[in-house]
Amino acid sequence: MINRFAATVAAEIISNKKVGAYHHIVFEVGEIAAQARPGNFVAISVGGENSSMVLRRAFAIHRSMDRGASGGVVELVVAPHGGGSKWLTGLPVHSKVSLTGPLGTSFGIPTEPVRALLVGGGYGSAPLFGLAEVLKSRGCRVDMVLGASSAGKIYAPIEGKRAVSSLTITTDDGSAGFHGKVSDFLPRIIEENQIEIIYSCGPMGMLEAISQIADAHNLVHQCAVEESMACGIGVCMTCVLPMRGDDGVVRMERSCIKGPVVDGESVIWNTKGSIPEGTWGR
Amino acid sequence: MNFDFSTSLAHAAFKNPIFTASGCAGSGKELAQFFPLHELGAIVTKSIMLKPRSGRATPRMAETPSGMLNSIGLQGPGIDIFLEKDIPWLLDQGANIIVSIAGETVEDYAILAQRLRGVPGISALEVNISCPNVENRGQVFSCDPITAQAAISAVKHNIDSQIPIIAKLSPDVTDIAAIAEVCRTAGADAFALINTLLGMVIDINTMRPKLAGKTGGLSGPAIRPVAVRAIYQVRSRIPDAVILGMGGVTHGRDALELVLAGASGISIGTATFGNPNAAITIKNELEALLIERGFTTFTEAVGYAHREEN
Repeated sequence: MINRFAATVAAEIISNKKVGAYHHIVFEVGEIAAQARPGNFVAISVGGENSSMVLRRAFAIHRSMDRGASGGVVELVVAPHGGGSKWLTGLPVHSKVSLTGPLGTSFGIPTEPVRALLVGGGYGSAPLFGLAEVLKSRGCRVDMVLGASSAGKIYAPIEGKRAVSSLTITTDDGSAGFHGKVSDFLPRIIEENQIEIIYSCGPMGMLEAISQIADAHNLVHQCAVEESMACGIGVCMTCVLPMRGDDGVVRMERSCIKGPVVDGESVIWNTKGSIPEGTWGR
Repeated sequence: MNFDFSTSLAHAAFKNPIFTASGCAGSGKELAQFFPLHELGAIVTKSIMLKPRSGRATPRMAETPSGMLNSIGLQGPGIDIFLEKDIPWLLDQGANIIVSIAGETVEDYAILAQRLRGVPGISALEVNISCPNVENRGQVFSCDPITAQAAISAVKHNIDSQIPIIAKLSPDVTDIAAIAEVCRTAGADAFALINTLLGMVIDINTMRPKLAGKTGGLSGPAIRPVAVRAIYQVRSRIPDAVILGMGGVTHGRDALELVLAGASGISIGTATFGNPNAAITIKNELEALLIERGFTTFTEAVGYAHREEN
């Protein structure tokens, strides 16, 4: 059952550091940290008690740590985009926020050691480092590709790199790593490293491109999708995207509880602004 | 302190006056991860239509100051799957159920009411007439006295007589009390006040409407004064009107305002999006506020703002 371990807690910020274009924030969350899996997300109330921002903001969990009696923590990577995330990144240490989680699906972990490729776009790399650690602990080889528009928007902490065998950086403007998009470099990396599964997180356009490459190479592709959502718990029906079910029928599925981690092959991509022909109930 | 928190909507009784709002509780399963559904007075289901609906394309949502716009397009499984799966599951949870229905034609409402006849475990029927009438250029049923009356009357003639009919009205009208009077004549036992207000957000970067459906329903604290006004007006015009109030209720004090204006029950919608446990918190806060003000029963407070000055 989805969200079985989810709870709302008053989470204390114990660290808030600017890293490139982003903020790395650590929250004391108690018991729920032990239940968080790579790919899960949390939803945080923003703006304080008399806020005019009525909706929570959803963030993929970067890493979670259960520290037993001293309480669990979750770490987030937050891009100060809009009013809500700017408020959050501006909070001093010891501030408390209302945090609900862990929410949604998590990345599937293979039972056998496999050769995995992790692909992140911008701060979409955040959940991939926790995933890399889990995969490595299961004996998997982990290669990683991170892309962004420019160098400052690559999120790749030094300690995160320990879990990966190779790290390839790409930027649209060539300010770091290879000049181009991640999808330009994937076929070669897949072939050279004999990749068996792809995990990805980032903008929808990037996920779509990776899905096509995964398809061409006949690889399993698990991606964490990002649709704007109001509730994060499956009741508001705003974050839907068309997905093909096991029965072959396309339905408008909620990305918050069918996802955020979904099988890339099941998503009908690039339909923004329309409901695909043949969708159930169209 | 023996405080009686029970309430009723026409001849349906509920153990407390805090309900979910239609379309804001999924199928019930999603919220049940956060609290037992039987702790609320009732679960108001999403508005069920005759057939499965994919709903509208995305983007479906835009946050606005103290509120949000939504344009879901009544995505849902249709009456058959709803009766087969959702209702039995809710009953298993010990939840009281208010079924909300929506149609595209007057006949849709009649058929939906027929399909619900004799279904056990339904406390009341909310008739969402704030949806477009495909037989009348997409004009919303509840914005025209003639179509509002036709839809309510179609339900009245087809549903079991012991099931109270709650007409859910749109605030986007000149005189909401007049629409309420018409619905009452057609057989409505109670009113759900208010549905969302129609709004629009334009994205200043793309310079087009932000929602795929262009317009959306405005909800959240921004509309609460409109709800209080509408409830107060209907209660003034129809002193014995039974009202299920809703519109931006986020705290117990908000619920109390609607109760004082004349609501016998309060539905929680957008607040749940911001906090999965909002309905439970509001329930506890409302009870404490009523006790603090010296009420011994919830029903004494209903419409208390209308009392004569002494």
